[in-house]
Amino acid sequence: MSIAPPYRYIGQSILRREGREKVTGASRYVDDNVIPDCLHGKTIRSTIAKGRIVDISFGEGIPWDEFIIATAKDLPRNVVVLIEQDQPALVEEFVQHKHEPILLLAHKDAGLLEDAARAITITYEEDKSAAFEIGEGSLQKEYLIEEGDIEKTFAECDVVFEEVYRTGAQEHVYIEPNGFVGWWDGDNIHLRGSHQCPYYVHKAVKTAFGLKDDRQVDILQETTGGAFGGKEDFPSTVAIHTALLARKAGRPVRMIYDRAEDMACSTKRHPSETRLRIGCTKDGKLKALDCDFRIDGGAYITLSPVVLSRGILHGSGPYKWEAARLVGKSYATNSPPYGAFRGFGAPQSLFAIESAMSALAEKLGMCPVEFRRKNFLKKGDVLPTGQALEGDPMLDAIVDKGLQMADYWNRAKKIAPIPNRGIGLSVFLHGTGFTGSGEVYLASRVALATRGDGKVEVRVSSTEMGQGTETIFPQIAAEVLGLEVDDVLFVKPQTSKVPNSGPTVASRTCSVVGRLVERAAHDLKGKLNGTPIADYHATHGETLGEAKYQAPPGLYWDDEKYRGSAYGAYSWGINIAEVTIDPVTMHPTVENFWGVYDIGTVINPTLAKGQVEGGIAQGIGWATCENVVLEEGAMINTHMTNYIIPTTMDAPPIMVDFIENPYEYGGFGSKGVGEIPMDGPGPAVLNAVSMALRRPLNKIPIIAEELLDD
Amino acid sequence: MTEPIRLKLNGKEVDLHSHPMTPLLHALRNEELSPGTKYGCGEGECGACTVLLNGDAVMSCMVPLCQAEGAEVETVEGLCIDGELHPLQEAFICEGGAQCGICTPGMLMSALYFLRQPEKAPGGVREALEGNLCRCTGYTRIYQSVERAIGEAAGK
Amino acid sequence: MNTRTNINTLKCLVPFTIAEALEMKAAHPDAFPIAGGTDVMVWMNDGKMPGRTYISLHRLAGEWRHVTGTSDGGISIGALANYTDVRMNPLVIERWPLLVESARVTGALQIQNRGTLVGNVANGSPAADTVPVLMVYDAVLVLANTKGERRVPLSDFYTGYRQTIMDGSELITAIELPHAALQPNQYFRKVGTREAQAISKVVCAGGSTPGGKQFRLAWGSVAPTTIRSFKTEETLANGADAEEAWEVLKTEISPISDIRSTAEYRLRVCRRILEEFIGHQSVS
Ligand SMILES: Cc1cc2nc3c(=O)[nH]c(=O)nc-3n(C[C@@H](O)[C@@H](O)[C@H](O)COP(=O)(O)OP(=O)(O)OC[C@H]3O[C@@H](n4cnc5c(N)ncnc54)[C@H](O)[C@@H]3O)c2cc1C
Ligand code: FES
Ligand code: FES
Repeated sequence: MSIAPPYRYIGQSILRREGREKVTGASRYVDDNVIPDCLHGKTIRSTIAKGRIVDISFGEGIPWDEFIIATAKDLPRNVVVLIEQDQPALVEEFVQHKHEPILLLAHKDAGLLEDAARAITITYEEDKSAAFEIGEGSLQKEYLIEEGDIEKTFAECDVVFEEVYRTGAQEHVYIEPNGFVGWWDGDNIHLRGSHQCPYYVHKAVKTAFGLKDDRQVDILQETTGGAFGGKEDFPSTVAIHTALLARKAGRPVRMIYDRAEDMACSTKRHPSETRLRIGCTKDGKLKALDCDFRIDGGAYITLSPVVLSRGILHGSGPYKWEAARLVGKSYATNSPPYGAFRGFGAPQSLFAIESAMSALAEKLGMCPVEFRRKNFLKKGDVLPTGQALEGDPMLDAIVDKGLQMADYWNRAKKIAPIPNRGIGLSVFLHGTGFTGSGEVYLASRVALATRGDGKVEVRVSSTEMGQGTETIFPQIAAEVLGLEVDDVLFVKPQTSKVPNSGPTVASRTCSVVGRLVERAAHDLKGKLNGTPIADYHATHGETLGEAKYQAPPGLYWDDEKYRGSAYGAYSWGINIAEVTIDPVTMHPTVENFWGVYDIGTVINPTLAKGQVEGGIAQGIGWATCENVVLEEGAMINTHMTNYIIPTTMDAPPIMVDFIENPYEYGGFGSKGVGEIPMDGPGPAVLNAVSMALRRPLNKIPIIAEELLDD
Repeated sequence: MTEPIRLKLNGKEVDLHSHPMTPLLHALRNEELSPGTKYGCGEGECGACTVLLNGDAVMSCMVPLCQAEGAEVETVEGLCIDGELHPLQEAFICEGGAQCGICTPGMLMSALYFLRQPEKAPGGVREALEGNLCRCTGYTRIYQSVERAIGEAAGK
Repeated sequence: MNTRTNINTLKCLVPFTIAEALEMKAAHPDAFPIAGGTDVMVWMNDGKMPGRTYISLHRLAGEWRHVTGTSDGGISIGALANYTDVRMNPLVIERWPLLVESARVTGALQIQNRGTLVGNVANGSPAADTVPVLMVYDAVLVLANTKGERRVPLSDFYTGYRQTIMDGSELITAIELPHAALQPNQYFRKVGTREAQAISKVVCAGGSTPGGKQFRLAWGSVAPTTIRSFKTEETLANGADAEEAWEVLKTEISPISDIRSTAEYRLRVCRRILEEFIGHQSVS
């Protein structure tokens, strides 16, 4: 039944479906909504990290009676549900972090709203016990993965290497800040916004307002100006706030964040601290890994447990170990909660292991490439969770291609004697889709629907935010149904119109949801049984092809013991970075960057390369210039002037290629692509800078101020 | 309120009624004249709001409306004439220069400025786009897009 | 917490002639002129407007948007000449190369098309990139009010952090540079946080007269105002080496730690820049 190559559409760079709207300025982003009679909303936030609210006073000179003012008391259930229910939508009495929302204001005059915000004074009784460092606060979550007899294996090692690696927080800097517009009709709420997971917002809003029926909440995703994980959980809070003001006002409300507010209060990548102990033989055979991976979770649980879990599941790298122990701990602090950011914990733990691999190679007097090669995972090898690799990772082929692209050996030889120049690499893996039983719990569904004009609609809650969802799903459906790709339409995700195909996260869209689209297309094709769509539709009315997630055979995961197959498939890759350090300022510049990846079947080469290049630039930013400066747990460099992301003058030429090693259970053989680009640049850049400076480093971002010690 | 401020937007005379100190960006957006011109920072850093003011690329969030009085303003909406895309727009679609699209209108306006006045950025495309941040693409495909359009303009 | 300025509470005056502008300034000594707006609009976005009344000078472009050579071989840069006007000007390119270099690394093209050098000077930020260059070129500011004009050397203009000798009634009408008497191997170094759209952590401009008789060296972001390091210049003219010059420079700068960098880093980088500058001067 399955469709075999050669394909008509799979592997073709079909042009971005919504490209025309995007280049003409016609796409509607949330802030482009024009709604008559709409009020502007504003959030009043805490100015302390921890304490109790004693008093709120409304200053003189503001016509307060014209304002809609909402507090926690106005919400039926004051909670932002996600994994846990510990986060309030608005502070009632106790503040847990800076910039925590306390009050909401709405008024039709946006300028007056600003004056009003300044006229509010909140008095606190400050609690000086606030925690700001990893380990100071309480433990939010702990995981353990153990395989083999770790201490016995260490005792057999010739060389034991120990180091602590640290990574900083990272701000997403999607160019479009968060925002929602919303209004009620009767007991039904309509919300349109910038977000990546319509059904997360749906659940959060439904819960906060104690609504009984799913149909009372309608969440629409407007064209979204970048997300990268930053619009996974945070939008739920914005949506609840918008809905609350709209309900009190009895009118539509828009809450569009400005840049500084967005940067100050939205989620960031979790800062991490990884203590590594690695044992090997003197000729470079890895034996034992002891990884203690810690993250700063911030003031509420949000997504930290799953970030932590993905972190330790990637912490052993693409290597074979005789014995391994990976402990993950997420600690509470009084920082705004950290959240999802492309890679979801994996970039942090892979940064540690890949930096260590180069440092250890140096210590052993071995070449960093050969040292890695000697220890690569192969088909049938067992990961620390007990999962035996069914497919061949083809790491040698990936590495060979990367080295060849970068002309690595010649380049390394040429650079080696020159001060302040370096070349570094990293090799990594990334699990596709939700971790462990996650996909089974999600039970995602998709539908394809016939139309009277002979076209087919793809109905999914998977969002387009630049990665290409709107293009690749029609490619997949058209391939199966034998339609022109233009005859497959993508419906704007809206919870009243599309089934829940799960959140648009975890590199799951193309592979996991794409597979469902493929299956739904087969379902529809079976029903049509050769009848043209228009004819079939005329006789049978709208007909659906449907699919619901089914775990691939043999995939098993034990949540209790943390053993089994954490992911059905892994993507693999190599990165190579070439850097120069300015001898006067110590400012590192990445001169060139190469990456080769196995993401299974490449459904759309232009879109896939675009994803990878963009992810690499973010990774380079994380490694070099993106320094979140925290004061009392909160970011203070909340402007694009002082939180620095790469400009065209900073981003290096990026060269990307693929090796296609299809995965049987991914959409047309695809595996995860969205996050893996974030995994390699951190360690590759660090290893290059370490070479340039002739001393091993252990922390990103690499800050010139910290390198310059005369 | 005060007198309306008249300017020429994409060749057409329009009257704006916002306060004279309103950033041109917000005046154009709030008065529904150019929803395609985007906000990203409001402080001159991201370039999403780039428009051409009397032919020069500027951050429209940095221009008080009163200073645009009588000026010619070109925005992304003026690129596509009678449904026919500008070669830059075609190129951005073909080469994958737009992902989430929020930086795209500003990128296009900076690219247009470069096409018209390449001498202002002697270092080439990369330099021409230094004031336009993109968080999605890593820029590679944007350069390819602009170069393709230049190639076409050169009659390739 | 971050709040924006309520624009409706601001007053904006638009003079059509220089005389009118000076009268408005005299009548509203607290008013802030707006040239290109690239500082003023940032304050507004940040809710940090320093005043309520603004005088937008854009109608005076005919008189003030000039970059013209003077009869004695110098140049006059009008109050509305922007970075692009300056860096594209053939005379500037020929004789004041550091001005081209510093204008080119100020913000990005879109900022250069708006921001003015006079605004950069008047704003008084110690991190301003063109100010050290203007100081090295011995710039003189032309200040005017309804009563007349006066000329003030730029190195006497600042009195403290964002404080100047300018009177509330005055506007800067132009910056004048005398004939450039420096050797061609002039020096400029901007230490930014990135390659474009960066605010300086340290910025330095320098040069020397033929034969090394005199040195000029000015610094940004290392003191409450941009400074000329006159004592260091003198030591260098007396033949000091890098070590000796550094001992003097150390006493002239007083960097602090802020959101962008640390005092320690700035000190160390200044020393390295000084060494680089000296090396650069002796090459020729
Ligand atoms: C994104 C961005 C990047 C930037 N990057 C840099 C950089 O890299 N390096 C750098 O040095 N600067 C940088 N700046 C600041 C720089 O653009 C300004 O300092 C600019 O030069 C100010 O000129 P303007 O004409 O825009 O000033 P305005 O904003 O109009 O005015 C600035 C100040 O000068 C006063 N003023 C203006 N004209 C007069 C006059 N004729 N008489 C008296 N007072 C006057 C104003 O009242 C105000 O106090 C940047 C700004 C932005 C927004
Ligand atoms: S919105 Fe104008 S530069 Fe960012
Ligand atoms: S395409 Fe998303 S920011 Fe450029």
